[in-house]
Amino acid sequence: MKNIIEILKGIINIIKQLLKDPIGRIGFIGVFIIVLLSIFAPKIAPYDITEMFTKSKLVSPNGEFIFGTDNFGRDVFSRIIYGAKVSLQVGIISVGISATFGYIFGIVAGYFEGVVDSIIMRFMDVLFAFPSILLALFIVSVLGPSLGNTMIAIGIVNTPVFTRTVRASVISVKSMEYITSAKSIGLKPINIILKHITPNILAPFTVQATLALSGAILTEASLSFLGLGIQPPDPSWGSMLSESRKYMERAPWLAIAPAVFIICTILSFNILGDSLRDVLDPKLKL
Amino acid sequence: MENILEVKNLNIDLITEKGNKKLIDNVSFNVGKKQSYGIVGESGCGKSITALAVMQLLSFPLKTSGGEINFHSEKESVNILSLKKNEIRKIRGKEISMIFQEPMTALDPIFTIERQIIEALKFHTDLNKKDMSDMALQMLKKVGIPRAEEILKEYPHQLSGGMLQRIMIAIALICKPKLLIADEPTTALDVTIQAQILDLMNELKTSFDTSIIMITHDLGVIAETCEKVAVFYAGQIVEETDVVTLFHNTAHPYTSGLLKAVTSLGDKSKNLFTIPGMVPAGGHMPKGCRFEERCNKKMKICKDKSPELIEIADGHKCRCWLYAESGDN
Repeated sequence: MKNIIEILKGIINIIKQLLKDPIGRIGFIGVFIIVLLSIFAPKIAPYDITEMFTKSKLVSPNGEFIFGTDNFGRDVFSRIIYGAKVSLQVGIISVGISATFGYIFGIVAGYFEGVVDSIIMRFMDVLFAFPSILLALFIVSVLGPSLGNTMIAIGIVNTPVFTRTVRASVISVKSMEYITSAKSIGLKPINIILKHITPNILAPFTVQATLALSGAILTEASLSFLGLGIQPPDPSWGSMLSESRKYMERAPWLAIAPAVFIICTILSFNILGDSLRDVLDPKLKL
Repeated sequence: MENILEVKNLNIDLITEKGNKKLIDNVSFNVGKKQSYGIVGESGCGKSITALAVMQLLSFPLKTSGGEINFHSEKESVNILSLKKNEIRKIRGKEISMIFQEPMTALDPIFTIERQIIEALKFHTDLNKKDMSDMALQMLKKVGIPRAEEILKEYPHQLSGGMLQRIMIAIALICKPKLLIADEPTTALDVTIQAQILDLMNELKTSFDTSIIMITHDLGVIAETCEKVAVFYAGQIVEETDVVTLFHNTAHPYTSGLLKAVTSLGDKSKNLFTIPGMVPAGGHMPKGCRFEERCNKKMKICKDKSPELIEIADGHKCRCWLYAESGDN
């Protein structure tokens, strides 16, 4: 119980420091709004996402339909709101998958080195050699297109990046004198990894996570754009963008709305990651 | 005098793809109880890896390839090199602890001083948190840290090098170890702080009954703190004696070179003395004496045959043909 309170205090402290930095504030507020949108999607969306207003197809933005309607007469604004939920879900869960595996592989490879390191890193090199979208396409087509499989595919695709980041940081931290010093007072490898190495690699790890989060949202959009991601009628920003192609000239708002949301979300996450790194660096904390 | 540490014929190898290179060659020395033992030598002569070997802290590509390191604690005598990993962990920090050269990097930047001091206690004792904090506070006061209560809550980057070295000493001594290895503890500090740290170590040595191995390249530090000294050159001991004899009755040409190279104030007339040449690289050791190339007293035999470490007077050992009875000129 005490530990939980301490962790919560730590998180609140980090958020406070984030808000002090004007750029961090923008990123934090952006992410915060997107999270709110996806949580309260059913409350905020004015219409049902599958409800078709057959009399008003491809209506341009107006008071009734803020972002207009699509070719089936569905409200674009409502679909964007629900799409936020999908994008965020995909982003967080797939980054969770790749961060977890990347951390484990990276720690093992970086701390123990030698043969284990070679085996893990060569395997990661193989995964890394494929363009990420191609690999994701391959995995989704093997597993079958669905929301869950999209998240798994994106998770696998991002694992090598995490493994490399973690391994490189572990190797540089491992050679620091305070690790030898920790060994010299009798700590076990597991204690050294959890207590000294992990907290010290947290900064690059967090930045990598936020970058990967925006990458994951983008990959999901691309997969959906190619028809292998989220399946209709569920909305996702990528699939909405994909469908808008056919009506680009008659109804440009169909493309603009999801595109703007994708850009804003990714930008917010990247900015947030950048300022998180500054906040987590103990040397900048005085 | 009883010994606390006996190093016998220690060999340390550097593993390379082309085969092993011997970095430490048959090094033997004994450290007595409550004694300060100095190890002095140039950079790269193997003094630090010898110290790491005593803690079994060598990691790939370094490896001990022979010899014994016998440690006599109150309870038992063990050969450190034959201990299993979990057995040596019980000795590290509790029986033998170490102080490092760079106090700035030897403390984890993300934890408070308090957490780092009680880390060893957590591992080696079952005290509760309150008692551990109290011990940490007392320890900080003992090593002469002002406003110790506040310092406990601070981070390493908020403190100066001298303060951090005091804290390192506090961490090393918190479990009352029997042997303290100090690997160039004053090298990174400025001269006034150096003197303070050395005084502190001398003081704590008597109050904690700890033996000290002092590793340094600075003969001044040796003169200040040690009782017995070994001079290392290219992975071997070339001279071993008590500190008074070393300074007043120097035997080995290398040691006299080192002594001449010490700078003194007010001596503007001459250029600084240097020993010409370089230490031979590990693995490319000459057949004869390793110091032959740089020696100003070399003889014919020096190039062909390596001298043994022999006792030239009571308690005074030297590795040089000048003193060997069998050495024919």
